[in-house]
Amino acid sequence: MKIMKKVQAGTLQSSDLMVFLEPAETLTVTIESTVLKQFGDLIRAKVDEVLAKHGVEAGEVRITDRGALDYAIEARLETALMRAEG
Amino acid sequence: MALNSLGREIPESYAGRKLVPYGDPYSITPSGKVAARRLRRVNPGASKLLSSLREAIEASGLKDGMTIATHHSLRNGDFLLNRLVAEIAGMGIRGIWIASSSVHPVHAEIIPHIKSGVIAGFHCGVNGLIGEMASRGELSCPIVVRTHGGRARAIMEGSVQVDVAFIAAPCCDEYGNMNGYSGPSACGSLGYAQTDALHAACVVAVTDNLVPFPVVPVSIPQTLVDYVVTVDRLGDPAKIVSTTTRITTDPVGLQIASFASQVIEASGLLKDGFSFQTGSGGISLAVSDKVRGAMHRGNIKGSFGCGGITGYFVEMLEEGLFGALMDVQCFDQEAVKSIARNRAHQEIGADMYANPFNAGAVVNRLDCVILGATEVDTSFNVNVNTESNGYLLHNTGGHSDTAAGAKLSIIVAPSIRGRLPIVRDRVTTVTTPGETIGVVVTERGIAVNDRHPELKEELIRRKLPVKEIGELQREICRVTGTPRPLQFEDQVVAVIEYRDGSIIDAVRRVKE
Repeated sequence: MKIMKKVQAGTLQSSDLMVFLEPAETLTVTIESTVLKQFGDLIRAKVDEVLAKHGVEAGEVRITDRGALDYAIEARLETALMRAEG
Repeated sequence: MALNSLGREIPESYAGRKLVPYGDPYSITPSGKVAARRLRRVNPGASKLLSSLREAIEASGLKDGMTIATHHSLRNGDFLLNRLVAEIAGMGIRGIWIASSSVHPVHAEIIPHIKSGVIAGFHCGVNGLIGEMASRGELSCPIVVRTHGGRARAIMEGSVQVDVAFIAAPCCDEYGNMNGYSGPSACGSLGYAQTDALHAACVVAVTDNLVPFPVVPVSIPQTLVDYVVTVDRLGDPAKIVSTTTRITTDPVGLQIASFASQVIEASGLLKDGFSFQTGSGGISLAVSDKVRGAMHRGNIKGSFGCGGITGYFVEMLEEGLFGALMDVQCFDQEAVKSIARNRAHQEIGADMYANPFNAGAVVNRLDCVILGATEVDTSFNVNVNTESNGYLLHNTGGHSDTAAGAKLSIIVAPSIRGRLPIVRDRVTTVTTPGETIGVVVTERGIAVNDRHPELKEELIRRKLPVKEIGELQREICRVTGTPRPLQFEDQVVAVIEYRDGSIIDAVRRVKE
């Protein structure tokens, strides 16, 4: 998958997250989270896993997390990736 | 450093006081006598009425390093503490200790006066920004967090000496008789101020509703009050009441409430004479609703409801489900109206409510209390003081008092909040010791402390989802992932005092 345009997915409610994607030359991932101290590494691992699964190699990925569980992170990120494609 | 019985590192001393590490909930026996204060004489014809807050501060003799107290019955609508501190700062007085019954987010206004040294420290817990800034190392002032009963104890034994109590008096006469039943800032019970009125060296009544002598009923009498002063407004009535006094509609909350009420029914306590306390949170109210239904169905006549009284408990009183309400603090306007109207809605002071060092507090007579938690650990210890980011954000309230007093204390909490599992190996801060907690109820299961084997058996017999607390923890962590423990510096920013004055935990600066 390629990030062709600027998109977003998700909400800022508790237990949800916002995903912002933008086209870029290289891949950068930034994560903000209410539970960064406790779960920062797990959130990052999940984001990396989803990006790898979809073969994303370039783009700016910004996550603003409000304590979402892994399945929500996966769903929001995949939704954003699909929106960014076309 | 010493380890207390829960394995928490407690400093030898804090803010110039030698600390006693917590051992167990019931063993410390007080010695000595109730702290005394000077006798006074006010002759006929003398006036207590002063013209301004500043004049009252001058008349009280407040000096550098002294301790003041206010009550928190106006909660987040309170104007008095901010005004007082601004006035004190304007008079050039410094090093003042705050021994209020609680400090709320609205009091973030006093932060500049902490930084400038007008305020030296807090003999009370703090809600909101002050604790958060202290946790980050941005404020340097000692904070001693106390329970409601523990505060009454500390003042009565003299370990906290209040030099001047400024009592927000919603209805007051010029000779100092007061109650909280009427007026633009009516807050109902003045339970927390009663202790201060009895023990502070000087007592100033501050009112926005001066009425002709005498105010009746008398909550705090003229014999305890040195001065009376009027201000425009004591508070914002819209913020005096809690905002959370509605039954939850969240399915997770309702599931928890349903389990909790089934635990109460299974406990055998729900019979004639039943006594009950809940907070004002949405889940607690949903439990009350279900208990109310069960009491109606079983034609059960309870003895009393306690607390923190809400309109919900008022309805239960008026329906005849309780013989009385024992009220240290009104949580909403319905409770305020009721305390003025219902003879069986009894105002009680913090001492009578929850002090462990008297001839028996009301909490000792509780059958069941419903309590919240930020975290619970596998030994049933509960944290309500620090958030899971490690910041000190909440006061203890009556949490550990009621847990220690009641026959059955039930923690109700969702298993996950914003990815954080409720059950931990070790809570960030111990507020209430596990040996005073009976049951932890989440939507995923019910964990019963081994101290209640018969209840556990009965719950299993009733096919409720009873789980070992460790099993519950593993189940939750399978969903959330395992949180990494927070990192702390050595610096102690607050100590958590148990109700008997021993130190149950210390709050350390968060490593950012």
